[in-house]
Amino acid sequence: MRRPDFSSVVLWLGLVFIYLPMIILVIYSFNASRLVTVWGGWSMHWYVGLLDNSQLMSAVKRSLQIAFYTATAAVALGTLAAFAMSRFQRFRGRTLFSGMVTAPLVMPEVITGLSLLLLFVALAQILESLFGVLFDRGMLTIWIAHTTFSVAYVVIVVSSRLGELDQSIEEAALDLGAPPWKTFLQITVPMIAPSILAGWLLAFTLSLDDLVLASFVSGPGSTTLPMEIFSAVRLGVKPEINAVASVILFAVSLLTLLIWFIARRADKRSRMLPPDDELAG
Amino acid sequence: MRKHLRLPSGKALVISIPYLWMFLFFLLPFVIVLKISFSQAAIAIPPYEAIFQYANQALTVVLNMGNYIFLTQDSLYFAAYLGSLKIALVATLVCLALGYPMAYAIARAPRERQLIYLLLIMMPTWTAILIRVYAWMGILSSNGLLNSVLQSIGLIDAPLQILNTNTAVYIGVVYAYLPFMVLPLYANLVKHDETLIEAATDLGASRIKAFWKVTVPLSRSGIIAGSMLVFIPVVGEFVIPELLGGPETLMIGKVLWQEFFNNRDWPVASALAIVMLAILLIPITLFHYNQARELEKKA
Repeated sequence: MRRPDFSSVVLWLGLVFIYLPMIILVIYSFNASRLVTVWGGWSMHWYVGLLDNSQLMSAVKRSLQIAFYTATAAVALGTLAAFAMSRFQRFRGRTLFSGMVTAPLVMPEVITGLSLLLLFVALAQILESLFGVLFDRGMLTIWIAHTTFSVAYVVIVVSSRLGELDQSIEEAALDLGAPPWKTFLQITVPMIAPSILAGWLLAFTLSLDDLVLASFVSGPGSTTLPMEIFSAVRLGVKPEINAVASVILFAVSLLTLLIWFIARRADKRSRMLPPDDELAG
Repeated sequence: MRKHLRLPSGKALVISIPYLWMFLFFLLPFVIVLKISFSQAAIAIPPYEAIFQYANQALTVVLNMGNYIFLTQDSLYFAAYLGSLKIALVATLVCLALGYPMAYAIARAPRERQLIYLLLIMMPTWTAILIRVYAWMGILSSNGLLNSVLQSIGLIDAPLQILNTNTAVYIGVVYAYLPFMVLPLYANLVKHDETLIEAATDLGASRIKAFWKVTVPLSRSGIIAGSMLVFIPVVGEFVIPELLGGPETLMIGKVLWQEFFNNRDWPVASALAIVMLAILLIPITLFHYNQARELEKKA
């Protein structure tokens, strides 16, 4: 037996630090007592109550819809962007392009949210004065906002896979006379399918989790689940919120496990292929 | 040698679709923020006056510097920027101190175990920050779990006020952003060649010296990526100071939110965003070049 070294100890302490609060939250969501700090025995009471909360349920439905459309659009845009970045070494505006694609990863959400809202307001003014069309903020604007910042994450996931791919297969298809679009759809896309799926799920959870962007760009009647939770949380800890939060934790954990299995299978498969001249340093 | 793929017809399309989207919904909005930051607040819908006015065959452009001057006159804003930068800096250093050993331990674990550790680190990053911060509210409140435990073992007599202080904000920020430090560090450390350390120790360096002289310098790009992924978003963080912080917590993300939603002063909120962006421009550029270099290395 080896004496546990410093870094392993820190790793375990870090994992405890990360998971303990969430475990406590889940345990307290089964607390029968209305007082959040007093333990009153086990109960499913708060979970059952959630189903009767129609305001919350419609927010859940809305959030799931937005997340679905966000993930789909972000994957389409992100895959194209990742392909452009990894296959086209030079084109006009490449620096700007890669900047626009990586910056949303770190950009503070209050800035992105404010700027998108101001864009939508300006857009509404133009549409109204030129065409007389009324443009209201709502699910559409939330979808645009979520798609825009999810693209960056999809690009990271997909481009790391594209970088590993053996390009000679694509070249062979092209040499044999397949048109580029067909090569892309029938050769490239199937080979990167696991990361496209992982990117889709990632964008889905990002959209489901977002509070700040949605708060800025939503309109009346388009409250998402995080906005609903936030307005309740501001007033303090409540058992109902413990239950909602636990359900979300559970759902996201399942999704993450799913992504992990997809990524692991892809990893295993690519490892079974004969090793190409892997970069050694 | 690798041939370049030639996709003349599709190439323009593949590039232009995401290009246009990001240009329209990411870059263009900043121009509008810049514009609004120079306009005058007004009681109207939307609550600001137009910068460009066309009347009597003359286009007048009114650039109102008032919002920026206002920011310098009220010391609240300066304190909020400073507070954000301080919290972000300290949080980044704490995350680095905790995250580096964690990433190091993961990178040296057996392959199967690495994947499980990675899953455990990644899982929280996919969970809403709102929920993870909320979990701490129940723990840190004056009648919360931490105080109950400390009181029952007799360490303290009266409950400590932790929630709604800067201490709670530090705990929350480190908690929420630690995984973002670990992941890029791991991605870097796992590529290291063990034989370099062996060479260093064979040549007489102690393991600690080999670590500082070989491993740390080699992991520079991981350190930069991790630090920027923590530092930049924390500067603009809103949820954590709002839920865990108190009156003493001055952070610019929260101030911007209040200017926008509570005071409905869109021009001042825009000016705050522009100044924040200017402050973050250097770290963002650093992050971008670091990422681009990594991508280049892979290709």
